[in-house]
Amino acid sequence: MFELTATVLLCPLAAFVLITFFTGKSEKISSLVSMVAMAVSLLSSLLIFALILSAPGDYELKIPWINILKDLPIEMGVLLNPVSSVMLMVVCTVSLFVQIYSVGYMHNDEGYSKYYSFISLFSFSMLGLVIANNLLQLYIFWELVGLCSYLLIGHWYHKPDAANAAKKAFVVTRFGDFGLLIAVIFLACKTGTFNFLEIERVIGSGILSPAAVTAVALLIFCGAAGKSAQFPLHIWLPDAMEGPTPISALIHAATMVAAGVYLVIRTYFIFDLSGTALSVIAIIGCSTAFMAGSIAIVQDDIKKVLAYSTISQLGYMMLALGVHGYTAGYFHLITHATFKALLFLGAGSVIHSLHTNNIWEMGRLFKNMKVTAVTFLIGGLALSGVYPTSGFFSKDAILIQTLESGHYVLFAVAFLTAGFTAFYMARVFFVVFLSKEKFSGKHPHESPAVMYVPLILLATLAVGLGFFSEGFSRLIFFGKINEPEHAVLIPLLSNLSAIGAIVLAWAIYQKELISAAALEQRFAFVHKFLKNKYYIDEMYVFCVKNILFVVSNAAGWFDRHIVDGAVNGAFYLTSSAAGALRKLQTGMVQNYAVGIFGGVILLWFFMNMMK
Amino acid sequence: MIVHFPFLSAILSVTLLGALIIIVLPENKHFLMKVTAGVTGFISLVLSLALFVLYDRSLGGFQFVEQIAWLPRLGITYQVGIDGIGLAMLLLTGIVILTGVLISSHEFKAGGLLGATGRPKEFYALLLVLVAGVFGVFMSLDLFFFFLFYELAVLPMYLLIGIWGTGKKEYSAMKLTLYLLLGSAFILIGILALYFSSGLRTFDWLVLRSVAFPAHFQNIVFPVIFVGFGILAGLWPFHTWSPDGHASAPSAVSMLHAGVLMKLGAFGIIRVALELFPIGAKFWCPILVFLPIVNIVYGALSAMSQKDLKYVIAYSSVSHMGIVLLGICSLNALGLNGAVFQMFSHGVMTALFFALVGCIYGRTHTRILNEMGGLAKLAPFLAVAFTVGGLASLGLPGTSGFVAEFLVFLGAFKAYPALTVIAATGIVITAIYVLRVVQKIFFASLNPNYIPEADACTMKDQFTHEHLEEVSDSGHKGFPISVSDAVLLEKIPIVMLMGILILFGIWPSLIINVINIGVSSIVQTIGGSL
Repeated sequence: MFELTATVLLCPLAAFVLITFFTGKSEKISSLVSMVAMAVSLLSSLLIFALILSAPGDYELKIPWINILKDLPIEMGVLLNPVSSVMLMVVCTVSLFVQIYSVGYMHNDEGYSKYYSFISLFSFSMLGLVIANNLLQLYIFWELVGLCSYLLIGHWYHKPDAANAAKKAFVVTRFGDFGLLIAVIFLACKTGTFNFLEIERVIGSGILSPAAVTAVALLIFCGAAGKSAQFPLHIWLPDAMEGPTPISALIHAATMVAAGVYLVIRTYFIFDLSGTALSVIAIIGCSTAFMAGSIAIVQDDIKKVLAYSTISQLGYMMLALGVHGYTAGYFHLITHATFKALLFLGAGSVIHSLHTNNIWEMGRLFKNMKVTAVTFLIGGLALSGVYPTSGFFSKDAILIQTLESGHYVLFAVAFLTAGFTAFYMARVFFVVFLSKEKFSGKHPHESPAVMYVPLILLATLAVGLGFFSEGFSRLIFFGKINEPEHAVLIPLLSNLSAIGAIVLAWAIYQKELISAAALEQRFAFVHKFLKNKYYIDEMYVFCVKNILFVVSNAAGWFDRHIVDGAVNGAFYLTSSAAGALRKLQTGMVQNYAVGIFGGVILLWFFMNMMK
Repeated sequence: MIVHFPFLSAILSVTLLGALIIIVLPENKHFLMKVTAGVTGFISLVLSLALFVLYDRSLGGFQFVEQIAWLPRLGITYQVGIDGIGLAMLLLTGIVILTGVLISSHEFKAGGLLGATGRPKEFYALLLVLVAGVFGVFMSLDLFFFFLFYELAVLPMYLLIGIWGTGKKEYSAMKLTLYLLLGSAFILIGILALYFSSGLRTFDWLVLRSVAFPAHFQNIVFPVIFVGFGILAGLWPFHTWSPDGHASAPSAVSMLHAGVLMKLGAFGIIRVALELFPIGAKFWCPILVFLPIVNIVYGALSAMSQKDLKYVIAYSSVSHMGIVLLGICSLNALGLNGAVFQMFSHGVMTALFFALVGCIYGRTHTRILNEMGGLAKLAPFLAVAFTVGGLASLGLPGTSGFVAEFLVFLGAFKAYPALTVIAATGIVITAIYVLRVVQKIFFASLNPNYIPEADACTMKDQFTHEHLEEVSDSGHKGFPISVSDAVLLEKIPIVMLMGILILFGIWPSLIINVINIGVSSIVQTIGGSL
């Protein structure tokens, strides 16, 4: 099984090396190398999953990496269990589909080979993160996926916006990573190991005080919040849309941003011990879901809508984890990966054809782009949680779990957010695909087969995965199997509200029975508040300008003028003292004679005084 | 297996011989001088590598020891030997001198950064003498020679910066030299105190190590030596010589200086202060540890506010040397391993940076960040290399910078948890300024001051030599400058340095296994963890 894991991991790495050093000149070969490697990885990951399915359990491989202390081994390794094997499949699948799609989307791009080499590096890093058997290795690959995200957001580095967005993404997530790093170091010092299974064992024996457990859990969550774009570290994700759209689908929707959720799942044994930490996660997750969901309603850029929607859905996952919905949260991660990747690729197909992101410059594309429209609709329905798509199963599981755990306020907010979700997706769908034509002089056309075949495949998954929800909950659980509830009321209510939201969007944007402009004026304050994304970016800019830059300039000034001033002052003092003393030794006899004469007079004066 | 060949003396004599050959070469044979310097650098690297391979890991301790009585009446012996820590430093020195010579040989070409000053003969001779001093410090087992080599390494700096430097070079050279001599004065006091109070009248480090000095003596002398060497290591608040010095020095000198010379300070703290005064170390390190913390955070903040590229890198060195000193102050195996590994890693990284800064400066004729932009289009190779260096600097896993910082923080956390958390904020600030610099130089739209080389040919007659000179003197005056990517002579050293950063980032055990041999004996001397 570990040979297969090595195959999964090393294929994309080999592709990265090959493309970077050898095939960079030839675009065709580069993309081919990358895709073949990914296909092999996907096959291997399917085999691994089959093996795990036949005998669920933890399979671990340890390889020593740095030997300094015997009581703190630093290792690399592999931990295969149901959780990681499922994630392997998800990553490989989405990555392969995105790579195939990119052949069409990135056609004729200047940095085509570079793009494929980075995407291979990303796949390698993400897979390494998934199979990590210890926190340090996870942190290492965690940073590497961050690097790939930076490089790929900045793919068109000559655009100032892209360069800024890349930097912002890296720096903001680094704030979270800081917490994670402290957590890793803290745990290593207290438990003497980085290994997940061993930490679980040691912590289970109650070596850490409850306060320490809460602190560690929150520090880990810091890292997770940065990567998974949770409030208040979510601000980088919308900007990250400056990258190529397939990258948004792969990294900023399906895989990397889910890594934070995956991290919490992997270290759930710590969170489980701290009720406080779980509450914090639940509250942050829920408020993130609500905030991002509401912002998505007023966005005009199709990718921004999807970006805020991703933040919102990641909030749902965190909420689930915070209310002991381990299985529900993880299942939503997987279904979301498929339908959100689908939506992004669909949006990319539209952008590819019209060369604009603005939904108000589209319209009536159903006529020209049938495959894209239908698959986008499926993705939208899945996101809205409409029966029988996979989104229905995963989202309702979260809602039920929230209600059952007794968090009524959180449930109410989450339920409302589900309505938002349906509304903004319907809004986008009607405006882009059904309403009046708003582009002129352009001739939209269906994308080539390399682009729409992945759409169809992902759409199949987005619908089909839902039927595996029961099997999933038998395979992946924390503690005891969480028997799926066959509640009827909540699914019914949530579906009704989703349909209600869709009808509302239809009335506003399709039939224009209610004027959108009038609504905006009526709720001008709310609209402005949402349009400005709760003014969170402004708050950050204010802090950076007025705190960070001021402090840094003060440090620079202090160093140049005070510390160095002291040095120069000492130098000046020495040289001026020397200059003064120098006058004592002029070598002229007259001067010395004056000195002697003066001295004698002074002496005589003193002696008279003494009397 | 210990081979009976005087490897250590061979390294020393090769570098000195190289300098000698260059001095006697005829004035106009510039090419021969460069070749001699390059070959000398290469041989010293190969010898260091040979030592690295031949060093017996199972035996540990000092190996390849050579001993020649020099002034027996005063207890002075020429005694050299190498342990795990010294080995890492030898290797680093070999790498930096070879790459430095290669980079500067390109700069001596007409129109290059050093082309106007010329005088390659004196330049290379001084450079090699300096390196001989550095090698000597890392291998000396006699405090007299330790000090002698130390001074030999510091003094040529004055001329190298004063003559071949840029900007306010006389001021910088003077400041650097006086400051470092002040440090030397402290060190000299410490060494003499050792010599006289031991009652043995010997400078032999091995003998002195076995002497148990009384606690109050250790507590008095330790801070003197710590600060003395700390000055060279860029210890706050005695670091201000370094930004000016680095900014004024030519590329190869900056490479050697930030890459290797600052490590002499840290090395001296380990070898003299820590190993000879274990009790003093235990008393003082928990107090002095505040200074490295200031180094890390304050250095990074200052780097952020700089406008000149070289100052950014120089302040980042101050910040990174803080990590070395923090590792040393933690006094445990993890921290010390991390510190030595960081010395190696930062040496390579900063050499890479200064090499690249030279390449960039030579093309743009400015080091002001706001006057650059979009250069990735014209010089993709330099962009990639600078990014790799930047990533190592911000401690990205996969580069040696991460391993070093992680080990230091891990070790420091065991000793000083709260302070380490403060120090670790440095990684966030570093990320901010490094990415900012990368973006300002290479990304966004191309600054109109620069044009691709191909375009320059069409308007060549507009570009007289005077124009270029004027531009180089006073920043841009509206003349677009053609910028090309790195040439082979620049690419070789840059690729070498990049490769090392990544190799040791992925496979740190390669060198940590050796370092750890040296460190574990120190930890034993100090008496376990703090």
